[in-house]
Amino acid sequence: MRQIVIISGKGGTGKTSLSAALATMGGQLMVADCDVDAANLHLLLEPTDHSKHPFSTGSKAVIDQQLCTQCGACMDACRFDAIRYHEDRYTISDTSCDGCRLCMRICPADAISMIESNGSYWTTGTFRNGWMVHARLAPGEENSGKLVNVVREQSRQLSERMGLETILIDGPPGTGCPAISAMSGTDLALLVTEPSRSGFHDLRRVKQLADGFGIPSVVVINKYDLNEQVAAEIAAWCRSEKIPLIGRIPFEPAVVEAMLQCRTVVEWAPRSAAAGEIAAIHRQIFQSK
Amino acid sequence: MKIAIASGKGGTGKTFVSTNLFWVAAQQGADCVLADCDAEEPNVAEFLAGEEDRVEEVYQLVPVIDPGKCTFCGKCYEYCTYNAILYLPERKMIQVLPDLCHDCGACSYACQAGAITEHPKLLGRVKQTTYAASQQIIEGRAEVGVYSPVPVITKTIHQTGERELVFLDSPPGISCPFIATVDRADYVVLVTEPTPFGLHDLQLSAATVRQLGKPFGVVVNRAGLGNNEIYQWLEQESIPLLLKIPFDREVARIYAEGGLPAAVDDSYREMFSRLLTLIVKQRIS
Repeated sequence: MRQIVIISGKGGTGKTSLSAALATMGGQLMVADCDVDAANLHLLLEPTDHSKHPFSTGSKAVIDQQLCTQCGACMDACRFDAIRYHEDRYTISDTSCDGCRLCMRICPADAISMIESNGSYWTTGTFRNGWMVHARLAPGEENSGKLVNVVREQSRQLSERMGLETILIDGPPGTGCPAISAMSGTDLALLVTEPSRSGFHDLRRVKQLADGFGIPSVVVINKYDLNEQVAAEIAAWCRSEKIPLIGRIPFEPAVVEAMLQCRTVVEWAPRSAAAGEIAAIHRQIFQSK
Repeated sequence: MKIAIASGKGGTGKTFVSTNLFWVAAQQGADCVLADCDAEEPNVAEFLAGEEDRVEEVYQLVPVIDPGKCTFCGKCYEYCTYNAILYLPERKMIQVLPDLCHDCGACSYACQAGAITEHPKLLGRVKQTTYAASQQIIEGRAEVGVYSPVPVITKTIHQTGERELVFLDSPPGISCPFIATVDRADYVVLVTEPTPFGLHDLQLSAATVRQLGKPFGVVVNRAGLGNNEIYQWLEQESIPLLLKIPFDREVARIYAEGGLPAAVDDSYREMFSRLLTLIVKQRIS
């Protein structure tokens, strides 16, 4: 089984649009949407969902005011500054609580308990060219990295059962826990960038992350003609780093039109220059290993 | 007043709006600071430079277990909520997995044998630069491969102090890094684009900001490139539309090279001055 992660560091470079296009170009495959904070791939692939599973993102501590003796031990012990003393009572901030349970364990009055955070879920389904696993993090929840791990694991298991040889992973932005979870154990990182100072900066950071995992990288410059000078700098950097630059996708109205129709550009405008370039990228990834 | 510039989806133009807003405020002589809270991918420095004053390192404490003193009672393992302790009692093996550790202190509390000591691990850096006399830029930058940028973000916001205007350029998403930033703001500007992706993510981020009880408004970037669904939704939800920034290839080119449209084009300067006035007004009402 071969796992390919599409990742960029910077958001909005076109990870999802490219993932969707590659997913619809022939050959049954598994697609895993690992941007659980802002999952969008289902908008283009329109999967028919077969099963939906709840996911607990952890738990938060709460203080029973009836039992609290106001000793303050919890506040002294909390390293997340989640416990506040205000108007003669101790309270725990939902957003700051990390769910470590230390306060619950040290409370001499047993006044602290944990409440599970529910509302997040993951889903498996089929789309026009294979299978898909995607997820949704409930607003304001933590642990998106853990949910990414679940999506990865489920997509692996399902691929084995279905005899699928490729998993295409649409990654999240950044270089922190969800990005690490999306990237670990993959066989190839397809780094999507755009020709801007920030796109280039973030490309270098995400390349460092891939190197840390020992994963080979290839680069695609999306919207390369928005600034050909920066695109040329990125190309030069790829040469000096010996990373194959496997595609330059032009900025075209057809790409946006396709998204508005909830279609991929290869389906909506197969003769466009962007679709042609993506077809070439597809060949390089899937026909040469 | 702290203003967070945020979005669920990445690449909608958070840094674009933050840097231009800060530039306009700085031109007006405001006592202001721009804090780059996207510590996983900080980009403000690609657009605005200042004189570096001070760099502070951010650490977390990671426990180390001395196998000589450890009695293999397993209590630290039991207390760790993050599965960060590898414990194989039959093989007399115990070890901390630093990448999974959240620095909560539960294992140190649990250990009765004095076998656990805590050692600092570098998470990132907070850099303060002076932009002009009463204006500052602060950047939070996490080390690549660090699990959570939240301690770096917290430190970054802490250093903004009590300025008249604090702009927080937020990380994308709706989970911990986003919350750590937006929860400390008085007003939130959600930046989006008029596409199905933009609308879908705006709905999620609006729900999150509402849950936090923060007043917010929306800036639609690259207006004219997509469709009108987003405007209908904003009206339906009675969410203020603060500004529409038209898609302009020339502006995209200037910005791609690290230039600020507000600094080179009068119409953009006016646009962002209007936005700033509107945000301050929204906050007061």
